[in-house]
Amino acid sequence: MEPVRRVISVVVLNEAQVLSRVSGLFAGRGYNIESLTVAPIPETDLSHMTIVTRGNERVIEQITKQLHKLIPTLKVIEHAEMVEKEMVLIKFPIEEKLSDIQALCQAYNGGIVNVGEHMVIAMAADEPVRIKHFVQAAKRYNPLEVVRGGVVAMER
Amino acid sequence: MCTRWWILSKGGVSGGGLSIFRYNRFIINLLECDMQMSGARMIIEAIIAEGVTKVFGYPGGAIMNVYDEIYKQDNFEHILTRHEQAAVHAADGYARASGEVGVAMVTSGPGFTNAVTGLATAYTDSVPLVVISGQVPLSLIGTDGFQEIDAVGISRACTKHNYLVHDLADLPRILKEAFYIARSGRPGPVLVDVPKDITGEIGEFVYPDSVDLPTYKPNYKGNNRQIKKAAEAIKAAKKPLLYLGGGVVLSNAHEAVRRLAELAQIPAVETLMARGVMGADNPLLVGMLGMHGSYAANMAMSETDLVIALGARFDDRVTGKLSEFAKYADVIHVDIDPANIAKLVDVDYPIVGDVKIVVEKMIEHLDGAVDPDRYQVWRDILDRYDELHPLMYHDSDEVIKPQWVIERLGELVGSDAIITSDVGQHQMWAAQFFPFDRPRQWINSGGLGTMGYGFPSAIGAKVAHPEKTVINITGDGSILMNVQELVTAAENGIPVINVILNNHFLGMVRQWQTFFYDKRYAETDLSYQPNWKMLAEACGGAGYDVTTKAEFDAALQNAIEGGKVTFINVAVDRFENVLPMVPAGGALYNMMLEHKES
Repeated sequence: MEPVRRVISVVVLNEAQVLSRVSGLFAGRGYNIESLTVAPIPETDLSHMTIVTRGNERVIEQITKQLHKLIPTLKVIEHAEMVEKEMVLIKFPIEEKLSDIQALCQAYNGGIVNVGEHMVIAMAADEPVRIKHFVQAAKRYNPLEVVRGGVVAMER
Repeated sequence: MCTRWWILSKGGVSGGGLSIFRYNRFIINLLECDMQMSGARMIIEAIIAEGVTKVFGYPGGAIMNVYDEIYKQDNFEHILTRHEQAAVHAADGYARASGEVGVAMVTSGPGFTNAVTGLATAYTDSVPLVVISGQVPLSLIGTDGFQEIDAVGISRACTKHNYLVHDLADLPRILKEAFYIARSGRPGPVLVDVPKDITGEIGEFVYPDSVDLPTYKPNYKGNNRQIKKAAEAIKAAKKPLLYLGGGVVLSNAHEAVRRLAELAQIPAVETLMARGVMGADNPLLVGMLGMHGSYAANMAMSETDLVIALGARFDDRVTGKLSEFAKYADVIHVDIDPANIAKLVDVDYPIVGDVKIVVEKMIEHLDGAVDPDRYQVWRDILDRYDELHPLMYHDSDEVIKPQWVIERLGELVGSDAIITSDVGQHQMWAAQFFPFDRPRQWINSGGLGTMGYGFPSAIGAKVAHPEKTVINITGDGSILMNVQELVTAAENGIPVINVILNNHFLGMVRQWQTFFYDKRYAETDLSYQPNWKMLAEACGGAGYDVTTKAEFDAALQNAIEGGKVTFINVAVDRFENVLPMVPAGGALYNMMLEHKES
């Protein structure tokens, strides 16, 4: 069985320990986490986690079942048809060509978001694959720092 | 504190006991009087409300407020073990023997870490426990305070669920949920970690009537369509086989399972955890399967065309090499835990549900629909396998064989006794040779394999069933891992009998060294031994050294009549091996049947 990439959303009670229950499950059972994002769902006592993982079909099935087994888990969605987005922040030296950077960011739904004495911070928000390309393309402008936000997803 | 409560309470004291207490609480509810009390008292009230009559534990700094409240009450009995691990094992033995939730109490830090092995043992075998641990005060959490350890962090992987109480107002709800989660669905241990300041704080206590857990809804019923399809598969099968696991015991399903087997005359194999489900004399019982299963049971699994797995989880000690396991079979898998289904083998008929409920529905579909003679040829084949290679050993007149001890125990105490065991060769011989008649008669650490489990769990079982003879079958290695419990048993008059199959070896490891490590007996020779008789006597028990069969009979009779915690130290053949054996990772049908020793 070939390993596949899979995006899983988990809706959990927003309570103490819940993130460590989820991440501990992955660590303890040897599952892979490519990215994990978590934030509260507005006007509820719930949180939404988006986990990108990799494994063969049996492993993915176990991951969803084990996640569901956690007491604070309300819902596990193994995404099939979804919209995926990721955000990234990149810091460049002020000496780089700002117009080029601005143009590049715009191609990836972003732009320059902060300018200081010595640096400029740009952002982009796009599909994870395109973010990878964006980070690749940004390399020619000597980035000082790259922070990726992890994937968020929503079923269509 | 409400004054009216005190007046009524005192009015009822003369009668004493639980009923008066409940009566008081009824009156209190009528008067809608506020129940103001400390967090410590709330814990006591919850334990009483859950109907718990025995608690096992060990006090310490962070749990002292709770122990102070234990001192003031007489609704339940607290049994002081001499180690926190033993307290949790005793609660576990109590739970397995009675089917009720076991309760243990420990302090923070080392008290809790000592309890971890107990939690893990119960978790692996799905035993319902509520363990209450003390914790340093909220203000000290995270400061590396004295006897502070991250209990919920450590126990996350070995509890079904755990709580750190942050707010006294949550305590009644958490306690209610803890008991509910422990006993419902696939049972398991729940830890409630309570900071000391919370046990000292005063608040209002209303114990909830029910739980509200929208995220936790175990499915008991099973999908009717799937059950029907599974029944059709059974009708169509030529060589069906019931594969019974510990879940049958947990769901109290043995009567339904026996009925299912009998009405269609389907042969059954039991896992280590299911011994007693079919009953030793049941002609449909092929035997125990797995690494030390019988030839017929392992061959049955290798040749069946339909595995009917009930509350079993395809453990590696059962399956051997997975790709060769039940190679020719479709699989029906009934389990209350969806994560157990299709975890290791592909399943054709997955059914998430309680074994008892699902089996009863299956019976509706199969009753009268299967010719009992249909599987006669299959049963004949299995009988033939059993004749070919029955479970056996070569008895001796010079030295006592460990298997003889088990068989003799079976003859002498049989179905009246509860048998616990530690982990190793003695455990396997007990599982193979003791004639288990009913579920909950056999109590052992099957999943985690915890040496030191047998003695304290026997104490728990005896507390649950004082009328029954309780015997821990153990080895000279295992017994020393919780030997301090001699004092607990002696102090509390809990006359558990420990039969030590003494081969002066860490026998199972020695057996592997014989087979797979060219007889290099690294650190398994236990020739240096305590004087067992004196050790038992020093703690207030009785001890017998046995070197002949006649001495064994006499010692057992004395132990039963003596009414004291007892060691029966039986010198057995040092180099006896547990057979048959499927080497780890090997196919189930490749068994070592007889060890050719020079």
